[in-house]
Amino acid sequence: MQHLAIFPILLPLLTGVFLLLPPLSQSIERQRGIAITASLLLIVIATLLLLTSNQQGTQLYVLGGWQPPYGIVLVADKLSTLMVLLTAILALAAQLYACAGDDRKGMYFHPLFMFQIMGINGAFLTGDIFNLFVFFEILLIASYALLIHGGGKQKTKASVHYVTLNLVGSSVFLFALGILYGTIGSLNIADMAVKVPMLSAEEQAITKAGGLMLLVVFGLKAAMLPLHFWLPRTYAAATAPVAALFAIMTKVGIYSILRIHGVIFGADAGALANIATPWLWPLALLTLAIGTIGVLASPSLRLTTANLVIVSVGTLLLAIALHRESATSAALYYMMHSTLIAGALFLIADLVKGERGKAEDRYVVARQMQHNKSIGIAFFIAALAIIGMPPLSGFIGKTLLLQSTQGTLEMSWVWSFILVSGLAVLISLSRAGTTIFWRISGENINQDKSSPLKLGAVYLLLACSPLLVIFGGPVTEFTQAAATELHATISTHDALRGEQ
Amino acid sequence: MEEVYALCVGVLTTCGLFLTLRGRTFSVVMGLTLLSYAVNLFLFSSGRLLLDGAAVLGQSSSYSDPLPQALVLTAIVIGFAMTAFVVILAMRSRADQGNDHVDGNIPPAPAAEYRRHKRTL
Repeated sequence: MQHLAIFPILLPLLTGVFLLLPPLSQSIERQRGIAITASLLLIVIATLLLLTSNQQGTQLYVLGGWQPPYGIVLVADKLSTLMVLLTAILALAAQLYACAGDDRKGMYFHPLFMFQIMGINGAFLTGDIFNLFVFFEILLIASYALLIHGGGKQKTKASVHYVTLNLVGSSVFLFALGILYGTIGSLNIADMAVKVPMLSAEEQAITKAGGLMLLVVFGLKAAMLPLHFWLPRTYAAATAPVAALFAIMTKVGIYSILRIHGVIFGADAGALANIATPWLWPLALLTLAIGTIGVLASPSLRLTTANLVIVSVGTLLLAIALHRESATSAALYYMMHSTLIAGALFLIADLVKGERGKAEDRYVVARQMQHNKSIGIAFFIAALAIIGMPPLSGFIGKTLLLQSTQGTLEMSWVWSFILVSGLAVLISLSRAGTTIFWRISGENINQDKSSPLKLGAVYLLLACSPLLVIFGGPVTEFTQAAATELHATISTHDALRGEQ
Repeated sequence: MEEVYALCVGVLTTCGLFLTLRGRTFSVVMGLTLLSYAVNLFLFSSGRLLLDGAAVLGQSSSYSDPLPQALVLTAIVIGFAMTAFVVILAMRSRADQGNDHVDGNIPPAPAAEYRRHKRTL
């Protein structure tokens, strides 16, 4: 299947368009059916693509037959196909959850959701930095509309901040692209990586400025330290399934840093090698610290989860800043785990909110929940996983990361920050769990039941954590191979430029 | 020509940033618009400024780079859509919050200004 690489973009696009047309736009039931079928198909396609890229190496899809570096290419290598599969799984769970009623709160939930998935998949698959911008804009404009889905004061307020910030971010992105095109003369990522070492001295300075401006943009998307203030309120204000899908959005930023600053400005970039590292290193540590403080200070489960996303961003940036194959491999494993579990926690927070009446998901004494047990078990699993306790995936992810720093100078920093942050998260989540599930003031009087579909969606995400442990061998082998591919730059560049 | 062009981009960016940092949604929207104009001009110049360059092959000995023009076109379309969205969002926010401040509530005036205001009354 030579056209397989474009399906993760085409399928959500076409589904989204069809969902807007009359026979489907009238009935939410039909929309749900089609949307879930599309998500299942997407998982199949992503799995096929992953297997192909694993067995046959990087798949290059040349749009319109224009040969790289002049045309637009899609690159389905191990890293990008892994991210596409991750998106598909998270999207399916979020969609199932939304089908239990959240998609009725406003118009066009399913089409917007599809466009959002299209933007995310496109950003992962593109091999061209300008298309990265275009797909960023697609995923952003869908996310603006999804964020405000359902309406309300909180959402509008969060939206104004989120939209303004991201529009400024887009402007900076374009400035950076202009600078890079002006000096390097190419927009194909692989081609740029080859041309960067050949720049003259005066061009190097301005290219460095462009590269670091890109770091600012991706840092904004990823919620890196001075640019993270938008995240907690935005994620806490969004409808639960949207917040769950947003768990992958910060990872789009991380992925772009990995691609642009790991490949174009990677180890082979001559005078511009690793320009991001001196910034990434302290910022990652501070992001981790501020996320941890945020977790300790959060008054509600949704805010705790939003701050946990910042903690995971800090951990991932730390692993990227290490610039080592084993660390990148650990980061990829941790990224899968943290995205899925953060998504699950957002859904659990919404279940809790729905069943506790006025107390919502705040840490106060309230009446017992209808499904105290099943939600409690889900919370317990998610908490164990995100803290990094054995036997779940968080433990493996953190252990791999800690191992990759063993015997190096950075070891003391990485170990102390990650372990202390783990302890703080443990304390905070124990407090959250005991308050919500055990400190009960009376019998349940609330009769609205959360639908079994919602619980099913949560358990679907949670099941990924033990699966990541059981299939830990093949998964880590795969992430290792993906990391090797990312670090072995020059050989892949030639392949990507079509000069096999 | 380069100096004038650079000055234009610089002035637009400065004004855009200044307006974006203000508190009311109207000036923020204006700021974002100016910023996107500046970006479009800047992108256009990334293929180097050239007078009398031909766009079609075989017409002249010097050619202008066609790629930045394509990029600017894309950027204009996207910027236009985003501006339209942010205008609607600003109006919605005005309706929901009851005021047009970006934070949803107008901060109290600084004490000194308040006193001066009182005196004039």
